[in-house]
Amino acid sequence: MSDLVKVTIDGITVEVAPGTTILNAARQIGGDIVPPAMCYYSKLEGSGGKCRTCIVKVSKGSEKDPRPMPKLVASCRTTVMDGMEVQNITSPEVLEARSGVVEILLINHPLDCPVCDQAGECDLQNLGYEHGLQKTRYEFERRTFERIDIGDKIQLHMNRCILCYRCVFTADQITNKRVHGILNRGDHSEISTYIQTAVDNDFSGNVIDVCPVGALTDKTFRFKNRVWFTKPVDAHRNCDHEKCNGKVTLWYKGEDVLRVTARKDQFGEVEEFICNTCRFEKKNTADWVIEHPTHIPDTSVIASNHYETFKPLPVIKENLALQKANQIELEKTAKF
Amino acid sequence: MARKLLLEHINVPGINTLEVYRQKGGYRAVEKALKTLTPDEVVEEVKKSGLRGRGGAGFPTGMKWSFLAKPEGVPRYLVCNADESEPGTFKDRYLMTYIPHALIEGMIVASYALGANTSYIYVRGEMMPQIRILEKAIAEAKAAGLLGQKILGTDYSLELYVQPGGGAYICGEETALLESLEGKRGNPRIKPPFPAIAGLYGCPTVVNNVESIAAVVPIINDGGDEYAKIGIGRSTGTKLISASGNLVKPGVYEIELGLPVEEFIYSDEYCGGIANGKRLKATVAGGSSVPILPANLTLKYANGEPRSMSYESLSEGGFATGTMLGSGGFIAFDEDQCIVRNTWNFSRFYHHESCGQCSPCREGTGWLEKILHKIEYGHGTMDDIDLLWDVQRKIEGNTICPLGDAAAWPVASAIRHFREEFEWHIKEPVKSQQQNYGIANYAVPIEKAVEVKQDNL
Repeated sequence: MSDLVKVTIDGITVEVAPGTTILNAARQIGGDIVPPAMCYYSKLEGSGGKCRTCIVKVSKGSEKDPRPMPKLVASCRTTVMDGMEVQNITSPEVLEARSGVVEILLINHPLDCPVCDQAGECDLQNLGYEHGLQKTRYEFERRTFERIDIGDKIQLHMNRCILCYRCVFTADQITNKRVHGILNRGDHSEISTYIQTAVDNDFSGNVIDVCPVGALTDKTFRFKNRVWFTKPVDAHRNCDHEKCNGKVTLWYKGEDVLRVTARKDQFGEVEEFICNTCRFEKKNTADWVIEHPTHIPDTSVIASNHYETFKPLPVIKENLALQKANQIELEKTAKF
Repeated sequence: MARKLLLEHINVPGINTLEVYRQKGGYRAVEKALKTLTPDEVVEEVKKSGLRGRGGAGFPTGMKWSFLAKPEGVPRYLVCNADESEPGTFKDRYLMTYIPHALIEGMIVASYALGANTSYIYVRGEMMPQIRILEKAIAEAKAAGLLGQKILGTDYSLELYVQPGGGAYICGEETALLESLEGKRGNPRIKPPFPAIAGLYGCPTVVNNVESIAAVVPIINDGGDEYAKIGIGRSTGTKLISASGNLVKPGVYEIELGLPVEEFIYSDEYCGGIANGKRLKATVAGGSSVPILPANLTLKYANGEPRSMSYESLSEGGFATGTMLGSGGFIAFDEDQCIVRNTWNFSRFYHHESCGQCSPCREGTGWLEKILHKIEYGHGTMDDIDLLWDVQRKIEGNTICPLGDAAAWPVASAIRHFREEFEWHIKEPVKSQQQNYGIANYAVPIEKAVEVKQDNL
């Protein structure tokens, strides 16, 4: 196939269409070599390049011009060339720079995960876990803002914001008029533009889903529950809105639907945007046709104890003491 | 007296008017280019001249012009970057104030070479007097048939506009400038695509510094080969240097590239030495973003040979012992100046001017400033110096635009060359608030490295 270009990421070669970004090429390979992305969102045109967590090293530019790129590049905005060689997790330089970016993202973050609704499904939390330090080296006062209500359903908590601009792009592209922007400069920047006058749009709720952190939260779900205590279930309904197909994930606690979100893929991106009626108004099981439990990857805390069966490590089978310690889990497994 | 090309007639009364400017040979380059040369020949002349961008990066202007994409039916634009905001640089303002027609003449020739029929001069918002001067000069040129439809009877037409900026340092970065010119928030774009492919309104665009464009005039008048004879090596021509700081005669000087740094600082033709009979402690050779150097490394290389004012010579030794010519903002510090305070001041500037788009620069510049403030006011610890070094390293090279690098380099070089002074601030918190560290050994010539013979080991 001559139309495809070959790119090698961490020693794994993949053939992709010309014009694909390094990040998307890595996503086609999948697994650990996919760079984390905090600001890039494949469904939002123009997003990416800002957070710098997806930086990679291009050790060979292309077949024609094998020179390496002088700096680390943002993989979400760099397109692949034929014969390009990229180093992500195999390059200590990249890992160091990435942990630097994570540290920098966290210096003004309030780290209020214990009271944050996003905890458990937060990209920044995951990133901090993988790359962050145990302790912060930042000893100054953190930047703070007042909370802002965007309409009666969404709350903006600027302290937690990492300025990924995803919600700005959503407001630009999904909604039919621009309602969102950035005020001020540098570390005083805030998501705004007459935000108090309310985002009055059928699709405004999607800014909650695209937010990688807990800066934009659903007021109908605020402080209701921790996400890892809820059970996600895929469901759909016939939505009247022409642009919404009504495919959602319902988050159950017992019999109650605590919240409704769009369905997310393995990279945490929504599959299709949903309208505000589906998101905020339809919170009865009767409104929905239930499909099946949502697949949650093992790595997520939401998966704990819910749907994935406990697979004992081989060592447990051989060690009596460990068997005793895991007795409850093993009994559960035996039931299935 | 060294040769002057841009500032030759600066002292002629009324040189800011079209009449006097033409009497002194102005607009010859427009006539020559439009009537006798094709656009490609103009580009070729500029290439031959070896002119390098005067805005800071020093990229060859002719090469930049030849990269411009030329698709059919799409307009091309020339944008002049007059958003001069680098601390220590004020040469463009000087040029625009006193010889506005030099810029306009250069704009006409350059636009002709690039095939642009609409060109913009993006002037920093704070420079309102200069904007008025330029607008007046454009009106004069238009009345004389040098701008507008069918210039000087040829087929070439050009409209020239002056656009005031919103007054942000970041809008001096070419893609942020284009965003701002389009009426958006001045955030740098992510490259690629480069402006030569998709710039202003998605059309191919060249962005050049004021001085680069003005330098096209003597290149066309005298020929590229003649221009290339001035200067040294790959640094051809003359350069405007904005000298400031503790000098006897600060100001804008036109120098031939290759002038020894020592002569520039101490000769009466240029800065005339350090003010009040003091000694030179350090210099920033090319505007606040370039690494700061102690006096001994400013005047001489690490191997003892004299350093001169040229792109290559100033960067001799890399960042370990060298600096950069940058935009030519030469700041001299005498023995009483505090390097820590100066570094803090620069960091404060970059913190204030960071656009906030990408995270390392947005958060990191503020962090640098806070640590430096802490050290400067005597609350620092030894760990803070290492932290400062680590933070600047995490910013450098990881940002969308060069502002991150520009914020990191002054901090890195200050620690590299003046670490003792930082440590003194930490060890002597009370004393450092009352007196200065002084010149220490920063002006003592560096001993030549001697080869160690194997027998002596």
